[in-house]
Amino acid sequence: MLPAPVGGPVPERHVGAEAALSGGLTSLLGAAGLALGLSVIFGDPRHLRIGWLLPLVGVSFDLDPLGGVFVAATGAVSVAVGVYSVGYAKRGRWARLPMVTLPLFVAGLLLVPAAGSVTTFLLSWELMAATSLVLVLSEHRRDAVRSAGAFYAVMTQLGFVAILLALVILAAAGGGDTFATIAAHAPGLTSGTRTTVFLLTLVGFGSKAGLLPLHAWLPKAHPEAPSPVSALMSAAMVNMGIYGIIRIDLQLLGPGPHWWGLTLMIFGALSAVFGVLQASVATDLKQLLAYSTTENMGLVTLALGAAALLSSSGAPAVAAIAMTAALLHLLSHAAFKSLGFLAAGSVLSATGLRDLDKLGGLARRMPATTVLFGIAALGASGLPLGAGFASEWLLFQSLIHSPHDSNTVLALAMPLSVGAVALTTGLGIAAMVKAFGVGFLARPRTAAAGAAREAPASMLAGMSLAAAACTVFAVAPVLLGPTLRHVLGELPTLGGSAEGPALGTILRLPGVAGSISPGLLAAALVIAILLAVGIARWSTRHRPPATETALWACGADALGPRMQYTATSFAEPLQRVFDDILRPDTDVEITHFAESQYLVEKVTYRTRLDDPVEQRFYTPVVRAVRMWAQLVRRAHNGSIHLYLTYGALWMLIVLLVAK
Amino acid sequence: MSALGGAAAALQVVGVLAGAPLVVGGMRQVRARLEGRTGGGIAQPWRDLRKQLRKQQITPRGTTVVFALAPAVVAGSTLLIAAIVPLIALGSPLDSVADLFGVVGLLFLGTVALTLAGLDTGTAFGGMGSSREITIAALVEPTILLAVFALSVPGHSANLAAIVTGTTHNPGQVLTPGSLLAFVALIIVIIAETGRLPVDNPTTHLELTMIHEAMILEYAGPKLALVEWASAMRLTVLLALVANLFLPWGIAGADPSLLTIVLGVAAITIKVVVLASLLAAGEVFIAKLRLFRVPELLAGSFLLALLAVTASYVLAASN
Amino acid sequence: MSWLAKIRRVGRMVEPAGEAPEVTVAPPTGVTGSLQLRHVDSGSCNGCELEIAGAFSPVYDAERFGARLVASPRHADAVLATGVVTHNMRQPLLNTLNAVPEPRLVIAVGDCACNGGVFTKGYGVVGPVGDVIPVDVHVPGCPPTPPQIIAALRTVTGR
Repeated sequence: MLPAPVGGPVPERHVGAEAALSGGLTSLLGAAGLALGLSVIFGDPRHLRIGWLLPLVGVSFDLDPLGGVFVAATGAVSVAVGVYSVGYAKRGRWARLPMVTLPLFVAGLLLVPAAGSVTTFLLSWELMAATSLVLVLSEHRRDAVRSAGAFYAVMTQLGFVAILLALVILAAAGGGDTFATIAAHAPGLTSGTRTTVFLLTLVGFGSKAGLLPLHAWLPKAHPEAPSPVSALMSAAMVNMGIYGIIRIDLQLLGPGPHWWGLTLMIFGALSAVFGVLQASVATDLKQLLAYSTTENMGLVTLALGAAALLSSSGAPAVAAIAMTAALLHLLSHAAFKSLGFLAAGSVLSATGLRDLDKLGGLARRMPATTVLFGIAALGASGLPLGAGFASEWLLFQSLIHSPHDSNTVLALAMPLSVGAVALTTGLGIAAMVKAFGVGFLARPRTAAAGAAREAPASMLAGMSLAAAACTVFAVAPVLLGPTLRHVLGELPTLGGSAEGPALGTILRLPGVAGSISPGLLAAALVIAILLAVGIARWSTRHRPPATETALWACGADALGPRMQYTATSFAEPLQRVFDDILRPDTDVEITHFAESQYLVEKVTYRTRLDDPVEQRFYTPVVRAVRMWAQLVRRAHNGSIHLYLTYGALWMLIVLLVAK
Repeated sequence: MSALGGAAAALQVVGVLAGAPLVVGGMRQVRARLEGRTGGGIAQPWRDLRKQLRKQQITPRGTTVVFALAPAVVAGSTLLIAAIVPLIALGSPLDSVADLFGVVGLLFLGTVALTLAGLDTGTAFGGMGSSREITIAALVEPTILLAVFALSVPGHSANLAAIVTGTTHNPGQVLTPGSLLAFVALIIVIIAETGRLPVDNPTTHLELTMIHEAMILEYAGPKLALVEWASAMRLTVLLALVANLFLPWGIAGADPSLLTIVLGVAAITIKVVVLASLLAAGEVFIAKLRLFRVPELLAGSFLLALLAVTASYVLAASN
Repeated sequence: MSWLAKIRRVGRMVEPAGEAPEVTVAPPTGVTGSLQLRHVDSGSCNGCELEIAGAFSPVYDAERFGARLVASPRHADAVLATGVVTHNMRQPLLNTLNAVPEPRLVIAVGDCACNGGVFTKGYGVVGPVGDVIPVDVHVPGCPPTPPQIIAALRTVTGR
C-alpha cells in the first residue's frame, strides 16, 4: 500500500535522482549544522545580523553552547534521515513538494536554536511549523492523514499564539527585541510578568514538546507523516519545545521560584506516565513510538524541573547532575527515537503495515532492520546496554541525592518522582518488548508480513548511522562528557556553577558516592554470557546430535500463525490494571443461528483505545468554542455598514489604548 | 581492590553457580518435610541439571536467534550480578562498575531476554507467559527502585559497598521503620520476580496458571538446564543480596584476608539457608493468588516502599 | 498455628521405601536418580491416573527416587502412557513422543496400555500403546497399585 503519486501521470520523472538530491541536501544541511554546533560548543559563540532581511528589527542569530547542542543534535539526526530518505522517497515515489520541503524543514529546525532575537525566533518557529505541516500532509489522499494534519495545524498555531504572546510581553517588558537585551533587563521584571511569561511559554513550548495535556497532536501526526519526517519530528522538533523552556524560562528569566521547578516536575511526571501507559497498550507501531516520545519528553521535563527545584533549594551540585541527566536523555532520545521511526518506516515500506497485530516473523525476512529496531527498543527501555541507561541512572542519582534538611516540598516531590520514573521505566520495558517481540519475532501473522523484503542500502545506511549514535550512548557516554560540561556552564541557574558529573569511562558524581560504567558493564556482561554458553557446553560429548523439529503444540498437528499472541492480547493484563485511566471502548457482538437462540454462530469483539485526555479535556473545550462561535455569528449579518462601524470602533479603541 | 578481593568475587560466582541448585533442593526438601513426604534430597536439582545437559539440543522450527540466546543472556546477567554484589567480601573489582540501580537493570535485562524468548516461540502459551511476566515486571519495578531509594537515603549512596558498610557501622539503622518497610517490600519483590507462591506456582502443570514456566515450555536439554540454573541462581543471589543489605555482619571487608573470606562464605551460606527455609516454609501455608489480584499485591508493596522512603526522609531530616 | 500443630502431629507419613529393584532399563543419559515424566492419557478410564496420583502423593512419594512429573514433553525423559490408544489420540501420542528430546523412554502403565485390557476389541481403539510407539517398560495391572508403579520407575532411575 504505497502512496500514489500526486497529480496526473508525470512523464519521465526520475524519482531516484530527485530523491537523491533531496536526501543529499538534507544530509549536507545536517552535517553543516552538526559541525557548526560542535564548533560553537568547543569554541566561541557566533553572531550573525542581517539588518535588511526584516524591516525595523532585522534578523539576528546568536549561537551559544546551549543553542549549539540543539543545533548539533538536529544536524546529526538530519544526516541519518537524509541518507535514509534517498531510498525511502524513491521507494514511496514521493511527490516533488515533500522532497523540496524536507531540506527546508531541516533548515527551520537548525535556525530556531540559533535565533538571537524574538522576531527571528518566531519567524524560524513558523518556518519550522509550516514546513512540518506540509510534510505531514504528504499523503493527503488518505482521510486519516487529512484529519491528523488539520488537528496538528490547529494545535501548532494555538501553541504559536501562546509563544507569540509570551515573547511579545517579554520583549516589551525587557526593553528590547534581542535575547541579550532581555537577559540584561531580566532581574528587573515584575513577578507578575515573569509568571505570565512562564505560564504562556509552558503552554506553547510544552505543546510542541508533547507534554500533557497538550500532547494529543503527537500520536495523530507522527504516525501519519512519512517515516523520515516522523523521525525528524520526534527526534529533533520536539526538542525545540524543551529548548524554548530552557532558554526563556530557565536561562533568560533567571532563577525562578520553587513552584516553577515543581510545575515542570509535575507536568513532566504526568506526561511520562501517561505517555508510556498509552504506548504499552498501543498496537500501531508508529503510534507506540509517538507516545514514547511524550514519555521521554516528560522525563526530560521532569529532570529539568528537578534541576530548577534543586538549584533554587540551594543544592547546585545535585542540580548539575539533574541537568546533565536532562541533556543526556534529550540527546540519547534523539538517537534511539530516530532509529525507531526509521526502522518502522522500513517495515512500513516493505509490508505496507503499521499494525503490530498483523506483523511478525520479520526477523528472518528483514534481519538488518530487526537488529536495528532491537537497538532502538533497547535504548528506549532504559536497560543496561541501551542508549537510555546512563541518563536514567543520572536522573535517579539526582533524585535520591536531594538534600534532606530542606523544605517538605522536596521531601515529598523526590520520592514521588522516583516512583513515577520507575513506573515509566517498567511500562516502557513492556511497550518495547511488545513492539519488538510481537512485531519482529516468531512467525508472520498475515501474508503481507510474510512477503517482506529487506530495505535498500541507503535506508540501511541511514539507520546504521543512527544505530552507531545509539551504541555510543550505550557504551561510551564518556564521549559526550566535554559537550555536556560546556553546555552546563551556560546554565548557572540550573547548577552550572557546580562541577557536573564526571563522564569518564566510569561516570562519577562529585561530592556523592556513586559511580557506574556502561562500557565496562557491557564488556563484563558479554564475558558473563560467554561463560554461560561455556557452561552449557559441559557434557556435549554425551549428547545425541542436535535436531530441528516442529513446535510443541500440545499434541495438535500444527500451530497456525494466527494462534500466536498479538499485541492486543500481550498488553491485555496491563490494560486491565489501568482500566480506569485508559477507558477502553469495548464492543462484543454475538450472532446466533437463525434456527436456534442457544447456538452461537459468530462473536465479534471490537476494542478501541482513544486518548482519554483528548476525550475528557478537548471535547468540552471544542464544544465551548463552538458555542461562543455561534453567539458571535449573530454579529455577522452581512451588512457592509455594520462592518465599517466595527472597523471604525476598533481603530478608535486602538488609538485610545496606544495613547 | 586486592588480589584476594578479586579472588573473593570469583569465589562468589563459583559459589552461586554451585550452590543455587542446592538452595532450590533445600527449599523443596523443607516443603516436602512439612508436607509429610521424604522428598528427593538436596542434591536432586543437581542430578536433574547434569541429566539435562546430556540430552539432545532441539531447535524448534520458526524460532530465531533470540530463542537460542536467551538462556545464556539470563544466566550471564545473573552471574554478573553475583560478581558485583557484596556476598562474601566488599572489595569486588566490579564495585565501581555498577551500583544497586545497575544491578536492578541487569535483573530486568534477564527478564526481558526470557520474555522475548517466550514470544519468539510463536506458541499461545509462550505469548501468555511473556505477557503475564512483563506485566508483573512492569509493576514490580517501581517498588524495587523505591526500595533501593530507601536503602540509599541513610548512606547518601546507592553504591552497594557503601550501603553494606553503612549498615555494618550503624546496626540500629536496620530497625528503623524505613528499613523494615523496605525489607518487606523487597521480599515481595523477590517473590514476584523469581516466580514463587503466591505470585506464581513453580510446580504447576496447568498452563493457564503458569507465568514463568509457560515461557520455557519449549526449551529442552542444555538450554533448559541453563534456564533452570539461571532461575535458581537468581533466587539465590537475590536472597543473598537482601540478607547482606539488611544483616551484613560476617561479610569480609574491602581488603580481605583468607580467614575473613572463609568467615564470609560461612556467614552468607547461613543467611541464605535461613532465608530460603523461611520462604519455603511460608509457601506451605499460602495458595497462589489469582493473576488479576497480583497487581493489588504489587500495589501494596509499592505503597510500603513509598512509606519506607518517606519515613527515611523524615527521620534523616530530624537527625 | 493449628496447621503447625497438625504438621508436628502427623510427622512423616511416607511408606517405607523397601529394597531397590534391579535396574532393567538403563537410565536415559546415564545419570541415576533423575527421571522426568510426561504423562499422556491416550484413552484410559482414569483409574491408572488416580493410582499415579497416589504414587506421587505424600504416602508413597515417588519423588524420593528421583522421578518427577513435568508439564511439557520437552522437559521430559520418558512418556508415561496410560490407556489404550484411541483413533483420535493416535497422532497426539506420536506428536508427544516426537517432542521429547533423545534419549527417551516410554513407560506403559496399566493393562490397557500394555495389551489393550478390557477395551481390546473396541471400535474406537487402535490398539495398545506398543502398537503405536515402542514401549520400554510395561507396568501391568488394572489398575497397578502405587507400589507397583514406583517399583517400575525405580527400575529406570536406579535409586
